[in-house]
Amino acid sequence: MSARTVLSSDDIDRAVTRIAHEILEANTALQKSGAKNLVLLGIPTRGVLLAERIAKVIARAEPDVKPEDLLGRLDITMYRDDLASNPTRPVTQTLIPSQGIDDKVVVLVDDVLFSGRTIRAALDALNDFGRPRAVKLAVLVDRGHRELPIRADFVGKNLPTSREERINVQLNETDDQNAVVIE
Amino acid sequence: MTKHLLSAGDLSREQAIEILDIAEGMSNVNDREIKKLPTLRGKTVVNLFFEDSTRTRISFEVAEKRLSADVINFSAKGSSVSKGESLKDTAQTLEAIGADAVVIRHSASGAANVLAHSNWIQGSIINAGDGTHEHPTQALLDAFTMRKRIHGAQSPGKALDGVKVAIVGDILHSRVARSNQLLLSTLGAEVHFVAPPTLLPQNASGFKAALHYNLDEMLATEKPDVVMMLRLQAERMNASYFPTEREYARIWGFNAGRLGALKDSAIVMHPGPMNRGLEIDAVTADSPRSTVLEQVTNGVSIRMAVLYSLLSGERSADV
Amino acid sequence: MSKQILLKNAQLASGEVTDILVAGDRIVEVATAITAPSETEVLDCTGLVALPGFVDLHTHLREPGFEQSETVLTGTQAAAMGGYTAVHAMANTMPVADTAGVVEQIAGLGIEAGYADVYPIGAVTVGLEGKQMAELGAMANSKAKVRVFSDDGKCVHDPVLMRRALEYVKAFGGVIAQHAQDPRLTEGAQMNEGKVSAELGLTGWPSVAEESIIARDVLLAEHVDSRVHICHLSTRGSVEIVKWAKARGIRVTAEVTPHHLILDDELVRSYDAVYKVNPPLRTQDDVLALREALIDGTIDIIGTDHAPHPIEAKDCEWNAAAFGMLGLETAASIAQLVLIESGKSDWNRLVEVLATKPAQIAGDAENGQPIAVGSIANITVIDPKANRTVVAESASRSINNPYVGMQLPGRVIHTIYRGYQTVKNGELASRGRGRND
Repeated sequence: MSARTVLSSDDIDRAVTRIAHEILEANTALQKSGAKNLVLLGIPTRGVLLAERIAKVIARAEPDVKPEDLLGRLDITMYRDDLASNPTRPVTQTLIPSQGIDDKVVVLVDDVLFSGRTIRAALDALNDFGRPRAVKLAVLVDRGHRELPIRADFVGKNLPTSREERINVQLNETDDQNAVVIE
Repeated sequence: MTKHLLSAGDLSREQAIEILDIAEGMSNVNDREIKKLPTLRGKTVVNLFFEDSTRTRISFEVAEKRLSADVINFSAKGSSVSKGESLKDTAQTLEAIGADAVVIRHSASGAANVLAHSNWIQGSIINAGDGTHEHPTQALLDAFTMRKRIHGAQSPGKALDGVKVAIVGDILHSRVARSNQLLLSTLGAEVHFVAPPTLLPQNASGFKAALHYNLDEMLATEKPDVVMMLRLQAERMNASYFPTEREYARIWGFNAGRLGALKDSAIVMHPGPMNRGLEIDAVTADSPRSTVLEQVTNGVSIRMAVLYSLLSGERSADV
Repeated sequence: MSKQILLKNAQLASGEVTDILVAGDRIVEVATAITAPSETEVLDCTGLVALPGFVDLHTHLREPGFEQSETVLTGTQAAAMGGYTAVHAMANTMPVADTAGVVEQIAGLGIEAGYADVYPIGAVTVGLEGKQMAELGAMANSKAKVRVFSDDGKCVHDPVLMRRALEYVKAFGGVIAQHAQDPRLTEGAQMNEGKVSAELGLTGWPSVAEESIIARDVLLAEHVDSRVHICHLSTRGSVEIVKWAKARGIRVTAEVTPHHLILDDELVRSYDAVYKVNPPLRTQDDVLALREALIDGTIDIIGTDHAPHPIEAKDCEWNAAAFGMLGLETAASIAQLVLIESGKSDWNRLVEVLATKPAQIAGDAENGQPIAVGSIANITVIDPKANRTVVAESASRSINNPYVGMQLPGRVIHTIYRGYQTVKNGELASRGRGRND
């Protein structure tokens, strides 16, 4: 199958930077403060890496903010609805920043938004950790084909795809390069 | 993963490490305020106990409930063909009810195997102790406890390579010892059995463990990282396996003196319930070296991990 | 009178190929190219082996008392299918065969069934309880003419009682068949004690529990100058003790079961109770020792220990299951495997272990006779080249057969019992031999 790069390394950096600033703006509008009461929860594996990148951009814009104060990760394996039909998935750690999530604005971060089932599971998982003031969703790529009424608040790029295509997000923390590839 | 967990020997090194790693995730759940996952929602798990064991039953029950399974406790004590309900009838009843998994504790060795290989029941079978044969979830929680003490936060992905484990007591009748020697050797640990000759099998050549009669000598020469004391069952005490309980405690019991002979990092384990003053003295049981309560806590995480592993994933391989 | 039967071109144990003419209950002619007289059933036995009808010294027919497992009728039908013309029915029925009345009843049921001679074995002690000697003399003098006595299923453990029984049966030429098992050494025993039992956590049945009793009993037999027969010998050590005793001139005979000749304790790893038997399946080393001993004559006979059990006694956890397995319909195949297919022995030896010797030990004058003019017409015809996969369906009422699915050599084609064909072309006769056959 032929592979086609749809986002280059620079494209990804620009998208991350834009999402970070949009999050700050939206949070200012909501809470009168850029990074106050803000929590970024990455969904493993690449959502966690993207959340880290977003947090770094925010920290640059707001010098009194440290990335680790904002950052967490949310493993949703145990909340999936396809348990019996898929191979056992390894469970990874969930980390909530020390400020907790109660009354915070939580931004879930994932690489690709597709059916919406992962985000549905993430919302369920979030329930068990506390009661945020609001939950937002940031994704690098929205490829359509939603199966649930879920929509992203911050999108790096909308990519119309066919159902058979595979979107492969590569980040240099885990892969050889930064790129989004369609196969 | 396979469909059933009957023997600790069924697990490959990779599978065993995977269960331990999943249990790490589960232990985080057990530390948070809402200790519940929706994972097994709509699944029915039956705890089928032909033998009293409140501790094991409660541990499984908590694990099942934290995974949101529907839990049915079926106590069929004293049951056998001669005394009313047979294993077969019980199993077929559970099948008719629609059990997705059966956790079985039985006084007969091999009862879990018989249940799994009969066509009486389709669900997953988890061996929660069969006679004097095996108790695989106990071995897993023991391995988990050792790994956590040795590797701490670096535990995930690790095995127990090079760890020296001494298991002391009634090896002959111990399902804990049998499961542990299988699992620990799979994970790369070196297992030593210490017991009076009457409480070792007449032919232990199939065991993946070195045999010792003398506890002090073993402690001195092997310098184990882990000492696991086995419970001495009351019914052994008057069957000429050893002269008196006092003599047993003196020669094979763990006490403050032997605790002092251990290296600083070594831990002392016990599957519980303890006979204080017999196989283990109070000083040892209450020392920071003792992992008895951690084992209980870890038992829940391990059983959650086992239930998750067996009830998720592709079935085609083992159906 | 039954009609005559002519077996054409049958090979005898000696290798000689001949015709055999049966008239009434006797063999009347053995010669090449016999012309069939009128009213003669001719059986083409080309390529088949004709042997004296087999005699089982160790059968559990279960009747009276356990008819859900087997009856004298179904048990002797299974015997006929296995090539047997005589069986010895063990005494552990309900009521126990410990009085003249019970043994006569069992003998009568055998005659009524008509598929094989049924010789009841009398209990050595009342109720098999090992406490008080049963009325051995009354059973010997009854119409059943009991000569073999055994508490099989239990050991005559009390050395004084064993000594007295060995002495007492000398009065009427009897023999004590001992089930050698020290009861204290085998409390709660589930399988052979060894490597496998240690791993499976099943209580062991140590070899020494058998060997110590055999050693004691051969010495007792020597001391009182009597005969002792060792049932289902199962260990290498037992073989060595019997060999020693025979060399010393002690009158001991020994029996091995078919299952101890080919199955070992590794099978127990399945926890499938079909492999639960007493004495237990031993190690491969024991199996090899038993085979050698059967070939060299240390072990005298094969006794099936055919032990039927209902499904519920086997379809359960190992500890709850009953001891015992079927054997009558597969014994000849296993004998052929061990003696003939191995290339280590011959058909003459097979005839000894399955027919001549068991009859001789039990004193059955009318069984185990050679294929010769004047002999009672008990003849088994085997197709030695057949290769069969054992199936669960059988003439027995029970299905606790450990060989199901196994490939075994040889098949019983015809069984002629006192001139009456109980098995013809591998099919069981629809009725047994009657008074007029």
